Amino acid sequence: MNIVVAIKHVPSTADELEINDEGVNLDFDEVDFTINEFDEQAIEQAVLVKEASGGEVTVIGVDVIEELDGVLHTALAKGADKAAKIVGDLEPPIDSHTQARWLADAIGGLTPDLVLTGVQAVDDLDGQIGPMLAAYLDLPYVGVVTGLSVSDGTATVHKEYAGGVMAEFEVNLPAVVGVQAAEKPPRYAPISKIRQMAKSADLEEYEADENVGDSGCEIRKMAKPVSAGHAEMLEGDAEEVAEKIIEILEERGLL
Amino acid sequence: MSNDILAITEHLNGNVADISYEMVGGAKELAAGFGGQAIAIMLGSGMAEQAGTFASDATLYVDDPALAEFNPAAYGRVLAALVEEKSPRLIMFGNTSMGMDLAAWLSVKAGVPCVAYVNHLAVEGGELVATAQIYGGKMAAECVPAGDSAIVSVMAGAFPLDAGQGSTAAEQMASPVSLDDLPIRFTRLIMPEAGDVDITAQEKLVAIGRGIGSDDNIELAEELAEAMDAVLAASRPITDAGWLPKTRQVGKSGVSVKPKLYLMLGISGAPEHIEGMKDAEFIIAINTDADAPIFDVAHYGTTEDLFDVAEAMLEKLE
Ligand SMILES: Cc1cc2nc3c(=O)[nH]c(=O)nc-3n(C[C@H](O)[C@H](O)[C@H](O)COP(=O)(O)OP(=O)(O)OC[C@H]3O[C@@H](n4cnc5c(N)ncnc54)[C@H](O)[C@@H]3O)c2cc1C
Ligand SMILES: Cc1cc2nc3c(=O)[nH]c(=O)nc-3n(C[C@H](O)[C@H](O)[C@H](O)COP(=O)(O)OP(=O)(O)OC[C@H]3O[C@@H](n4cnc5c(N)ncnc54)[C@H](O)[C@@H]3O)c2cc1C
Repeated sequence: MNIVVAIKHVPSTADELEINDEGVNLDFDEVDFTINEFDEQAIEQAVLVKEASGGEVTVIGVDVIEELDGVLHTALAKGADKAAKIVGDLEPPIDSHTQARWLADAIGGLTPDLVLTGVQAVDDLDGQIGPMLAAYLDLPYVGVVTGLSVSDGTATVHKEYAGGVMAEFEVNLPAVVGVQAAEKPPRYAPISKIRQMAKSADLEEYEADENVGDSGCEIRKMAKPVSAGHAEMLEGDAEEVAEKIIEILEERGLL
Repeated sequence: MSNDILAITEHLNGNVADISYEMVGGAKELAAGFGGQAIAIMLGSGMAEQAGTFASDATLYVDDPALAEFNPAAYGRVLAALVEEKSPRLIMFGNTSMGMDLAAWLSVKAGVPCVAYVNHLAVEGGELVATAQIYGGKMAAECVPAGDSAIVSVMAGAFPLDAGQGSTAAEQMASPVSLDDLPIRFTRLIMPEAGDVDITAQEKLVAIGRGIGSDDNIELAEELAEAMDAVLAASRPITDAGWLPKTRQVGKSGVSVKPKLYLMLGISGAPEHIEGMKDAEFIIAINTDADAPIFDVAHYGTTEDLFDVAEAMLEKLE
């Protein structure tokens, strides 16, 4: 099994997010980057399939702002065998159609049996790369998947619907699968192993083709959402806040 | 090119999903702005009756045994053919498990731009303006898709339900393309395991999220819930980690709850979580991040540490 996982680094949503001076994007100098949480699940699922069926796992990403290496090293420490990045004179924003094309070109050349992506990235116009990749590679796609096993050129996947209902599909390989959750929680990679990867690993590089088209979506304005309302904030220290919560609940007959 | 809007409806187990009616309602509003028709599209088998429940200007129902259950390969083939034939101004999908498989795929196949996670749509001077939720609900981006056709996937609850319910007679047709040799085959539906407490039937829920930090801290939340005569619920990361059973998960891929009280410890308020609890009668959120989106939904909030507040509450209740 030749398994490829597309991974992405995203601004940490745990941080304070600031808008840039042009008002159309985040101020990227002000944020930290982490691996997209669903990609950690995809890496884990890929390694589980490799452990069950044999094969090799390659992780690949578009290095939009030269912050990708750390994420690739982490993936190697978690059990991926090879890592690659798409590089060039890249300037964000780069839309999803373009990134999907670059990924499709590079991944197509790796002749994969199975391509995994995270079901969506938390940052921008979400959840598009997986299905787009499948469309460009002319492969079947199933997303929102929480279980995957492979035998005889066929993947059996569990796709989640609402309310805990799941559908089971059989998918001819090669295929692209969008992973929501791996069958087991992602394994932990010790810092020492990530450091070792950072020293020893070779990252293969692909040059981005700057002549591919664009998605045709222009972001006109980015802002913090205007909400219909806001919670009334309880002031004071934890003791006082606890007191107030209990009072409010008692008033409402909820305690 | 037409000025019509296609709303791609969904169903599971013979039941039309609410988002379908919401989209049809939204499509009707927008169709006026474009000067076109709002057309509901349903793919299925033996669903003629359900196909007649929309308030659309027209409904097209494609009937084929291969479409009985959702199948991304079969649905994709049919929709690509319909879109090519009709070249609509706008195609609406739900931002659901089904819609997420199709919207971006069709965007590439049909060469039409796609905006996902849309919670507001408007026509301004003939142009479509789509507002998308990004960064886990912390930011809103206004996009103007270029060209004369676009795809959007809309969030549950973006449009009211009733405006899309009606009785327009559906035009039934056979699949316009062959559905033989599909690379994806539906095998079965797996229903959730019963047995655990049913959180949809509880009056009071204490819901915990990733802020709880580790498995060891669940006990504190459990004690607090008990002291309040409430039951524990959770966000997805907690059930994915196996710290609580899947049956306790609230949200898009979990269950929707409407308790009298929803007390939240360390949940950020991602759109997928809010989808499942926005109708709770009374919501209190404890979250150290003053910018957490959950504070736009909660009635009361505090940015004190959840452990300090939970311990203080426990002490006072005991
Ligand atoms: C620092 C940074 C700044 C950016 N700024 C902007 C901006 O201002 N405006 C803008 O339009 N875009 C910007 N982008 C690009 C934006 O992230 C892409 O549009 C994005 O890749 C589109 O994918 P998505 O959000 O739909 O990802 P999704 O489709 O939600 O991601 C799903 C999965 O696809 C895979 N995937 C996605 N992207 C990549 C990738 N790059 N490499 C490998 N695998 C991937 C992953 O497996 C991921 O889990 C920025 C990206 C980065 C990293
Ligand atoms: C297709 C799909 C379906 C999904 N379905 C669901 C679903 O059904 N249900 C669901 O919940 N999610 C769902 N998700 C996941 C969702 O996108 C979010 O990832 C998830 O809701 C985040 O959970 P969280 O709020 O617990 O974690 P986070 O977003 O990480 O938030 C943790 C919060 O805790 C706060 N915090 C940390 N420490 C403390 C402290 N000591 N005191 C107080 N506050 C603290 C932080 O400020 C932060 O806001 C789905 C995602 C996808 C793609």
